[in-house]
Amino acid sequence: MQILYFSWLRERVGEASEEIETQAATPADLITELKTRGDGHAMAFDDISAIRVAVDQQMVELDHPLEGAREVAFFPPMTGG
Amino acid sequence: MSVSVQTEDFDIAAEIEALTAPDRDIGAVVTFSGLVREMTHAGAIQTMELEHYPGMTERALEEIIDQARARWPLNGVRVIHRFGPLAPGDRIVLVIAASRHREAAFEAAAFLMDYLKTKAPFWKKEAGSHGAAWVDAREADDKATARWRTSSS
Repeated sequence: MQILYFSWLRERVGEASEEIETQAATPADLITELKTRGDGHAMAFDDISAIRVAVDQQMVELDHPLEGAREVAFFPPMTGG
Repeated sequence: MSVSVQTEDFDIAAEIEALTAPDRDIGAVVTFSGLVREMTHAGAIQTMELEHYPGMTERALEEIIDQARARWPLNGVRVIHRFGPLAPGDRIVLVIAASRHREAAFEAAAFLMDYLKTKAPFWKKEAGSHGAAWVDAREADDKATARWRTSSS
């Protein structure tokens, strides 16, 4: 599964993307797993309320099923315009 | 082509002309353009870096336009959003809504901007002599988006 990070999540993790093998059922489960990958990951996911998630480029909630997902992106609330 | 996500600047007059010239039924054109402000609460900025999610950005903007077209009788819509490094005074975003009458064009342009601010995957980082910081999402923007859920339709 391809994991993407944007904005300060990318800076804290230290990577824009990474390819991982996972059995995580939801983005929330995936976050629990990713937090164990290092201090940067743990810091990036410290405050779950500040994190938004997109699965295959569609915004979803943290309990959305990940079955069949190819790409999961984590980022803070959007600030375009 | 109604959506462009690009690093280059855009020409507002040329974009209006391109959108309206082929359709003589258009009677109202509303244009919104957003610029980089120099002063922020932290002080004057020198640069603003805009990051986005290639692929999802275009898809999200198309979806927002589809929603606007479902709500108002629009003859044409154009959205351009820049990314990369920008400086105070630079243009960031352009929204053009064209319709037979002004009400639909005004409302659709406001709707497009409100939705774009909270649903299109862009993030701003401002840098100045005080340092660099990611811009926080504003509660006012969420409220501006929410108002379209309670009114009409």
